[in-house]
Amino acid sequence: MEPAVASSGPVVELDDAVAVLGRFPALAGVTMSVERGEIVLLRGPNGAGKTTLLRLCAGLLPLARGSGSVVGCDLSTQRDTIRSRVGLLGHSNGLYHDLTVRENVQFWGATVGATADEIQASLERMGLAARLSDVAVGRLSAGQKRRTALACLVARRAQLWLLDEPHAGLDAAGRDELDRTLHAAVAAGATVMVASHELERAGGLATRIVDVVGGQAGPPRSDHDGGSL
Amino acid sequence: MAGGATSVWATARLVAAKDLRVERRSRVVVNQVLPFAALVMVLFAFALDADAVLERTAPGLVWLGTIFSLLIVVQRSFAIETADGALDALRVAGVSPPGIFLGKSFALAVQLFVLEVLLVLLAIVLYESELDAAGAVLLVTTLVPATTGLAFVGTLYGGLAAGTRGRETLLPLLLFPVVAPVLIGATRATEAALGAGGAATDEGWPWVGMLVIFAALFGVGGTLAFGPLVEE
Repeated sequence: MEPAVASSGPVVELDDAVAVLGRFPALAGVTMSVERGEIVLLRGPNGAGKTTLLRLCAGLLPLARGSGSVVGCDLSTQRDTIRSRVGLLGHSNGLYHDLTVRENVQFWGATVGATADEIQASLERMGLAARLSDVAVGRLSAGQKRRTALACLVARRAQLWLLDEPHAGLDAAGRDELDRTLHAAVAAGATVMVASHELERAGGLATRIVDVVGGQAGPPRSDHDGGSL
Repeated sequence: MAGGATSVWATARLVAAKDLRVERRSRVVVNQVLPFAALVMVLFAFALDADAVLERTAPGLVWLGTIFSLLIVVQRSFAIETADGALDALRVAGVSPPGIFLGKSFALAVQLFVLEVLLVLLAIVLYESELDAAGAVLLVTTLVPATTGLAFVGTLYGGLAAGTRGRETLLPLLLFPVVAPVLIGATRATEAALGAGGAATDEGWPWVGMLVIFAALFGVGGTLAFGPLVEE
């Protein structure tokens, strides 16, 4: 088992980070810092670079210029280690629909050597340990699938949760459930970065807002609500 | 609460167990692929309605049926990974690509082996092929490297095609030329095992050697190449 992230120091620290998609600089010199326990909302129009920023932090994109670290690992040289410590949840849930909720969580937990107790704790934390644990994922509602995907992140011991439009496709109850889940994750020591267009919903969830515009990130502009909530 | 990646072999066991569990639940291979393969054998029997021709061509028909079915099994193997973005999630999670490759190959090989046993039995029943003890030893020895080679190739090209548009039509174009050596080698070895066309059992062993080399090449190559292919 790898060491836990240092309790002091930022979970994400980027300094003039540039990421290129093809020949296009999707991130054009981002400087930002995210502290442990924060829920940071990345706000911006389509194509602004929110998803690219999440993928960079997940270790999926190389740094073309600048420097950075995520969960204490260097973004230039330790991307594989970063991947095993963060959880990226996009529009898909990454679940196997023929397997049950428990089997999915067991599978993803086993990829990092999670114990049976940790799997059970993940299910319990997401409210999946009782009625739903033995139901095939293919039979779940969209919200329940999302909750299962988040339980997999917990089982994987993700220290940094990177969520791309996490509320998409969920009904009101599912959204409330998701928000509670994220607060619980933060209470348990995780840090969350959320990219969302649903500002009212995600803004209420976030402890801080970062505007992403034209591949650059910064504090909220004056035409939006204040940044520190 | 820090994640730690598991070893290649542990990942392979995990992925293989997951794939076989998915098959046990969905029963796609049992309920769809096996009947498909059996139907292909029956249709061959109708098309080549002459006992002498069937007895002579039975080994080739067994392996043609296997390769047609391989296509379906490989597509199914990667459909479960791409349906809800699980393959991407594995990549994002930093799960060992060689472990994924070996695990999926093992699960594929198990399913193919069951399929091949069925096809050989059908050939014996429908085409009146004969199998003696020496032939049975050669046949089993043929099935192991041929199945392993097909599983490695299927997993490698299935992973390559998984992220592409038109993968249903792309996969056979990629797969069929590459598995031609297995088709040839396994057919010749099976001919020798069944004594088709007067072939002697001894004639089959050199072909088994070729199948072993093919499986080894694609096993090593696939293990090394799967990560970069999926990453792309």
